[in-house]
Amino acid sequence: MATEILMPALSPTMEEGKIAKWLVKEGDTVTSGQIIAEIETDKATMEFEAVDEGVVGKILIPEGTEGVKVNTPIAILVEEGESVDDLASAATAAPKAESQPAPAPAAPAQAAPSAPAAPQADLSPDWPEGTPMKTMTVREALREAMAEEMRRDETVYLMGEEVGEYQGAYKVSQGLLDEFTERRVIDTPITEHGFTGIAVGSAFAGLRPIVEFMTFNFAMQAIDQIINSAAKTLYMSGGQMGCPIVFRGPNGAAARVAAQHSQDYAAWYSHVPGLKVVQPWSAADAKGLLKTAIRDPNPVIFLENEILYGRSFEVPDLPDFTIPFGKAKIWREGSDVTIVSFGIGMTYAMEAAERLAEEGISAEVIDLRTLRPMDTDTIIRSVMKTNRCVTVEEGWPVCSIGNYISSVLMQQAFDYLDAPVINCTGKDVPMPYAANLEKLALVTTDEVIAAVKQVTYR
Amino acid sequence: MAARKSTSKPNTSKEELLSFYRDMLLIRRFEEKAGQLYGMGLIGGFCHLYIGQEAVVVGLEAAAEEGDKRITSYRDHGHMLACGMDPKGVMAELTGRIGGYSKGKGGSMHMFSKERHFYGGHGIVGAQVPLGAGLAFADKYMGTDRVTFTYFGDGAANQGQVYETFNMAALWKLPCIFVIENNQYAMGTAQRRSTSTPHLYTRGEAFGIPGEMVDGMDVLAVKAAGEKAVAHCRSGKGPYILEVMTYRYRGHSMSDPAKYRPREEVQKIREERDPIEHVRELLLQGKHATEDELKAIDKEIKAIVNEAAEFAKESPEPPVEELWTDVYA
Repeated sequence: MATEILMPALSPTMEEGKIAKWLVKEGDTVTSGQIIAEIETDKATMEFEAVDEGVVGKILIPEGTEGVKVNTPIAILVEEGESVDDLASAATAAPKAESQPAPAPAAPAQAAPSAPAAPQADLSPDWPEGTPMKTMTVREALREAMAEEMRRDETVYLMGEEVGEYQGAYKVSQGLLDEFTERRVIDTPITEHGFTGIAVGSAFAGLRPIVEFMTFNFAMQAIDQIINSAAKTLYMSGGQMGCPIVFRGPNGAAARVAAQHSQDYAAWYSHVPGLKVVQPWSAADAKGLLKTAIRDPNPVIFLENEILYGRSFEVPDLPDFTIPFGKAKIWREGSDVTIVSFGIGMTYAMEAAERLAEEGISAEVIDLRTLRPMDTDTIIRSVMKTNRCVTVEEGWPVCSIGNYISSVLMQQAFDYLDAPVINCTGKDVPMPYAANLEKLALVTTDEVIAAVKQVTYR
Repeated sequence: MAARKSTSKPNTSKEELLSFYRDMLLIRRFEEKAGQLYGMGLIGGFCHLYIGQEAVVVGLEAAAEEGDKRITSYRDHGHMLACGMDPKGVMAELTGRIGGYSKGKGGSMHMFSKERHFYGGHGIVGAQVPLGAGLAFADKYMGTDRVTFTYFGDGAANQGQVYETFNMAALWKLPCIFVIENNQYAMGTAQRRSTSTPHLYTRGEAFGIPGEMVDGMDVLAVKAAGEKAVAHCRSGKGPYILEVMTYRYRGHSMSDPAKYRPREEVQKIREERDPIEHVRELLLQGKHATEDELKAIDKEIKAIVNEAAEFAKESPEPPVEELWTDVYA
């Protein structure tokens, strides 16, 4: 049976090419794998192999022809003894290269309604009224969360540098080795890329690892495994292969550890679909959100802060208490301005609100708690009331979390804004070591107060 | 047929040889068809063919047991067919259709089958190596006696994460067989131009991981080495390295003009060392099969591949809603 040889696509972007040279002539016998022509693409001259065996019945496009579209018949291969004349009809009936269907017209961009109804927000309390409370540091809260979840589910294990015998570089995992043994509290060599990949692989196979990075700065060694392997595989597998894993550890500036140990990764990880990103401030949130993270079937980035580890908060004294993702917390109600923050930024936001109150400015303070998914509804509802917004974070200003919030407010609450949104951030420099410069590089309470005065025109 | 130098003793059976012949031929014909569909514009992007390397996966699969896991790089079509995944689903993924293993969302380099314990299909050179050790970690953690085949190429053998993984796999005695498929070229870079020492199987010595070199064009030799490595891992002795010497006949990907090696080099290996021809000779010389019987198998394989191609052409593109699914579980 005769077969047509079609102009091949020889690169991901090739649409047409030149037949530089025929290496066979009509009547020649060809075998599978034999080079029959040289074809010039936009990138290179490629050798073109015959796929089937047969005799070259007819060359339809002579060498030297340029602009031959992909899928155009360029020759006809016949079987031994077959005549090419029998094939005239086959050639004319050759299917034309399918023309690309015209792209469907893009749906017109939906203009955001100018005066949207206030979005629904989950304003339910995190724990029932009257729940007994206990005082606890963030460090203890994180430890309790891990211990409770490890008791609950045998597939949960902790892996990282110095998490076991050393009892944790920042003592977050203190005591866990004693209770759970070295099978489930695993000290690794200093090899972030490798152990992160191993943890992700074990999650593909059904375990639920908690990977502790001594600090998130070191996770940059492993970021390919976090993003390309952990975050994307569920999608790339059409939903077959999930990755239930928590990456946790201190993030952001500590004190006087300079540029390579003082970076806030909130915006970096929040950029990535497939990841969930959590950055708690209080001990209750640290505990409730870490338990949720460990139970979540997706990869979760859990950003802690060294300075907050030793800070004490009230935590509900409940046997099993969790905080859902995507639910912000209003720490302080107010009517003049909305201050949105998360993580250690909340320290400055709360201090600023306190001092502003003394000056008669009433600030509403929202702690996002989870950055992805982000509870933008709570922000919008608040801005509809206050008409002004200041965001506070420790990370760099370009492409920051605050930038994203500003864009959401412009699109969804434009008519409610009485002033441009101001993003208070860390300065656009690597973290300096000198004590005075470090102070200047970080966001401060004074800057938050100044920003609030600017948006309230005081 | 040109004389062949082979060290393998045909310690095998008619049935086994026939199944090797069939399995390798399926990969060869499937890949040829994929190349054709690429030429027709039905397959897009990157497409890395396995032609020439068939004996590696077919030999190692013969050493595997049900429940053993495997993971590899982006040159993955052969691994999927050899572990029993459906050619229709693989081809439909190549054409980006809903009938593909990843519903058309992964493509040639990113396919998975939990059912067949195939954990991908990974597009970043070397990334599958710690992932494979992680699969083995999970089996050890859960106390099963399953092993993981972690495949990577001579190019990936220079990635740092490979050695981080060797260290931990040996330290923790993970049941992981590291299979280095040495096809001698990392894209366009010959091994001698990229690698300071010639023998990759010795790369585990510093970590105390035993390794050996295997003739990857001889499916019986591959199977024998695989059995040895599996026995080592399954008995709890930790990882094992196999450097399987092989050769790819085609370019690195479809768009590779392969100017970095002489045409004669490829032709010579095709003529003298072809893994499928090898088994064909053993079958004929041993009077295990007649030419006609082998022709019948060829025809049968061609039909399977044509059916896969038809399915891959006819399966619809994923519905637009699929854009937004599977981002989160």
